[in-house]
Amino acid sequence: MTHKKNHVVELDDVVVRFAGDSGDGMQLTGSLFSDSVAFAGNDFATFPDYPSEIRAPQGTIAGVSGFQVHFGHNNIHTSGDLADVLVAMNPASLKASLKWAEKDATLIVDSDAFIEKGIIKAGYDTNPLEDNSLVGYNLIKAPISRLTKEAVKDLGIELKAALRCKNMFALGIVLYLFNRKLDSTNAFFEEKFKSNPLIVESNKRVLKAGFIFAENVEAINPTYKVQPAKLKKGTYRNITGNRATAWGFLAASERSGRELFLGSYPITPASEILQELTKHKQFSVKAFQAEDEIAGICSSLGASFTGSLAVTSTSGPGLSLKSEAIGLAVMTELPIVIVDVQRGGPSTGMPTKSEQSDLFQALFGRNGECPTIVLAAISSSDCFYSAYEASKLALEHMTPVILLTDGALANGSEVFKIPKVADLPEINPPIVEPNDPDFKPYRRDEKKLSRYWAIPGTEGLRHRIGGLEKENITGNVSNDPLNHQLMVKLRDDKVKKVANYIPEQKIIGNDSGELLIVSWGGTYGVMLTAVERLQEKGKNISLAHFKYINPLPKNTKEVFSKFKRIIVCELNNGQFVSYLKMNFPEFKYEQYNKIQGLPFMVSEIKEKFSSLLNE
Amino acid sequence: MEESQIKVPVIPELTKEDFVSDQMVKWCPGCGDHAILSSMEKVFPKLGIRKEDFVVVSGIGCSSRFPYYMNTYGIHGIHGRAAAIASGVKIANPELSVWMITGDGDCLAIGGNHFIHIVRRNLDINIVLFNNKIYGLTKGQFSPTTSKGTKTKTSPLGTIEIPFNPGELVIGAQGTFFARVTDSNPKMMVDVLFEAARHNGTSVVEILQNCVIFSNKVHALITSKETKENNQLHLKHGEPMLFGKQKDKGIILRGTNLEVVKLGENGITEKDILIHNKFNHDTGVHNMLARMAPPEFPAALGVIRAVEQETYGQALMDIIDIAKNTSTLKSVDDLLNSGNIWEI
Ligand SMILES: Cc1ncc(C[n+]2csc(CCOP(=O)(O)OP(=O)(O)O)c2C)c(N)n1
Ligand code: SF4
Ligand SMILES: [Mg+2]
Repeated sequence: MTHKKNHVVELDDVVVRFAGDSGDGMQLTGSLFSDSVAFAGNDFATFPDYPSEIRAPQGTIAGVSGFQVHFGHNNIHTSGDLADVLVAMNPASLKASLKWAEKDATLIVDSDAFIEKGIIKAGYDTNPLEDNSLVGYNLIKAPISRLTKEAVKDLGIELKAALRCKNMFALGIVLYLFNRKLDSTNAFFEEKFKSNPLIVESNKRVLKAGFIFAENVEAINPTYKVQPAKLKKGTYRNITGNRATAWGFLAASERSGRELFLGSYPITPASEILQELTKHKQFSVKAFQAEDEIAGICSSLGASFTGSLAVTSTSGPGLSLKSEAIGLAVMTELPIVIVDVQRGGPSTGMPTKSEQSDLFQALFGRNGECPTIVLAAISSSDCFYSAYEASKLALEHMTPVILLTDGALANGSEVFKIPKVADLPEINPPIVEPNDPDFKPYRRDEKKLSRYWAIPGTEGLRHRIGGLEKENITGNVSNDPLNHQLMVKLRDDKVKKVANYIPEQKIIGNDSGELLIVSWGGTYGVMLTAVERLQEKGKNISLAHFKYINPLPKNTKEVFSKFKRIIVCELNNGQFVSYLKMNFPEFKYEQYNKIQGLPFMVSEIKEKFSSLLNE
Repeated sequence: MEESQIKVPVIPELTKEDFVSDQMVKWCPGCGDHAILSSMEKVFPKLGIRKEDFVVVSGIGCSSRFPYYMNTYGIHGIHGRAAAIASGVKIANPELSVWMITGDGDCLAIGGNHFIHIVRRNLDINIVLFNNKIYGLTKGQFSPTTSKGTKTKTSPLGTIEIPFNPGELVIGAQGTFFARVTDSNPKMMVDVLFEAARHNGTSVVEILQNCVIFSNKVHALITSKETKENNQLHLKHGEPMLFGKQKDKGIILRGTNLEVVKLGENGITEKDILIHNKFNHDTGVHNMLARMAPPEFPAALGVIRAVEQETYGQALMDIIDIAKNTSTLKSVDDLLNSGNIWEI
């Protein structure tokens, strides 16, 4: 074979999107590609985009499953806006995904799938590969199905099994396009299909066939190179937000010496937290799949009373069901972390889409005066640290903590620098010693206002708690008017005092100026990228991205006071901005909202901010 | 529970006083709950369990005020959720003796889902169900156990619903222990609660409790002096099911149904009478016993069902042991560094 091409172009970052039918194995293809990217030392982030139906009809738009990989040689904070390279395994995936590709993207399609039946099923009138509708794109028509069959024909495997490898043909093309090696992918086949050498061999052959095909096709010229990232020295791995959340709790459990109890009920997109923790019984984790979300939190609260690090995980509809029990946790002043992996709402809403619309529910969705700490994780890998910190705050301040993540963080993945558990901050729950003569159920720590934790089984500390109003100090049931007012204030002050134990709000950019962008939670990567790019162009713009929602950092007001304009960006109809107005009515806020079940794109917010700066 | 029994020698002799709380008991005078409390205070010291190892959990209702009146660790929870809270307590620390106190509304209406699931899982928890066939705390609405036709605040013309029978529900949910007692028989209450505590797995004790205010005498057919001899069958394992003042009436199985017979009539002798077998895994007779009710039948009291079966706790400990013995991950650092990792 002649190496006729050697023109290599260097790129800073690239977005590749793999799209195919649900059964085409696009998630695996995408994650194998990210592995190869990782081994080449790039920074990267990924996002899967799959249908909510398990097996939507084959070949239809509804059945398209996608996986996007954004990689580059510095600071990749998002899974990318539009794809530079789109792999489409059939007409439906081309039709569904073209809007997620740049106008001059490289399109790699399985031309064998563009037959009349598939074209009609996808809703095209004519074959898009032939009707000039793709002018402007770099279209690579690869007879993937045919060449896949060809590559394995002498192995004697069934046609169906052979075609199952065709995603690897596509992967081979993409690996060639970015001057990657096949080693890490081949190693994966050998490990994964250990027990079936025939499958290993067929996948390897098809992968190689794709690679060689690419080498010989005129249209694949130039190829691209992305330099390794300038990451800090250390050990790295790829991690999804849900796994990071689960692992953060494991770390907090180990560090606090409190056994981990998770009471949970499956719900998209939170189920993986429960699934992950059920795998770790070697750490004595009790991951209890309850009969519903109410039982999830109530069992967890029972475990909290009993001395465990108690967690319950869910998504919006489940959080609704947990409201009353969160009230019980507030009243009993027991530590518990409630994870809400937000999705599109209200009601069942858009289960597989991401949104930031449960903020009000987290802050206010309970009867009575019922404050809790609220944190919002800011990236997939930050889910680890947020889960850890939520546990620390719950345990040390004896209060429920609601941790908000979202579908995009939960399923998205990014590079994670592996910490040492011993380097994480200590966790010291206020556990009462046996026979402490001063113990009273509602006596409090003077600084934190947290009560103490008297764990069943401990001698000399028998006591009763519950949802009825408590008399200060003794914890006896009380309907006394003044006592009630005092207790409401104490519970509120306890949460407010947490501001003394969280970091001050950081500003990215100058700490005073023309325009302050305010955002919170899962949008961090996009906001940071957009703001930094504008700053590079010399724009007078700064970013305050919030992770601590209740209480807000102590310096929030000061931060806001130094900017002429404040614009609050969020993936909802304006909840954080309302909360800020309530807390700091002295400032004028503008808002920018997107409520489409989709993340912000760097390009759209850059455009928005630029136009604001030009006003 | 086994754990606790092993500890017996080091446990100081306990008495009723060890479990009396300093709180004022606020049930109405004459309420059946007082008698139940008194029985529980008698049972706890006898169990050979440290007083710090009891946890009493309840939901909401008159009956659910119970934890405040027992000097143990306790949680007064939220309406219907006692089973879920108690499950968390027991799973988190299997060495505790966990008691769940609940009413007919708390347990079978709002908490019905949790109830069938705790029973199905066979968690080693003792459930004491105060059945007064009414919502006491909210002042007199019908409950899921209120007999059809009963006039209550929310059924001025009589209820039109078919009530639950707690025993049938427990057995239907694959329960391993079900007993029924009345609040007017303290001796039987103590014996049965003691046996429930000793049972490995979820034990459900239904107590026919009188609410003097909203459903007074609701169980009178079973409990009143005049009718109780004929309307109560006291079950004893291995003994024939005889009842009546002269113990001259009995239960036989004819075809697939139970039937009341009189000794000496139609050639019936004691040999024809059914022998109670509480250990029988088959649910058939237990279910029929749970369903028996006056006037046609006496109500079955005592332990109807007590079968051995693996508990949730045992199964969980077994798989945790396996995981500990087989996993290569000894710490969270190991986990963080497992799988695909790379150095920079
Ligand atoms: C979520 C919720 N719904 C309704 C109530 C009102 N409520 C309190 S107790 C109760 C019924 C109690 O009946 P039962 O469980 O039979 O207990 P009893 O008072 O008869 O002992 C109701 C409806 C409540 N406390 N919480
Ligand atoms: S209302 Fe009925 S159940 Fe409640 S305390 Fe009074 S008598 Fe007992
Ligand atoms: Mg009742």
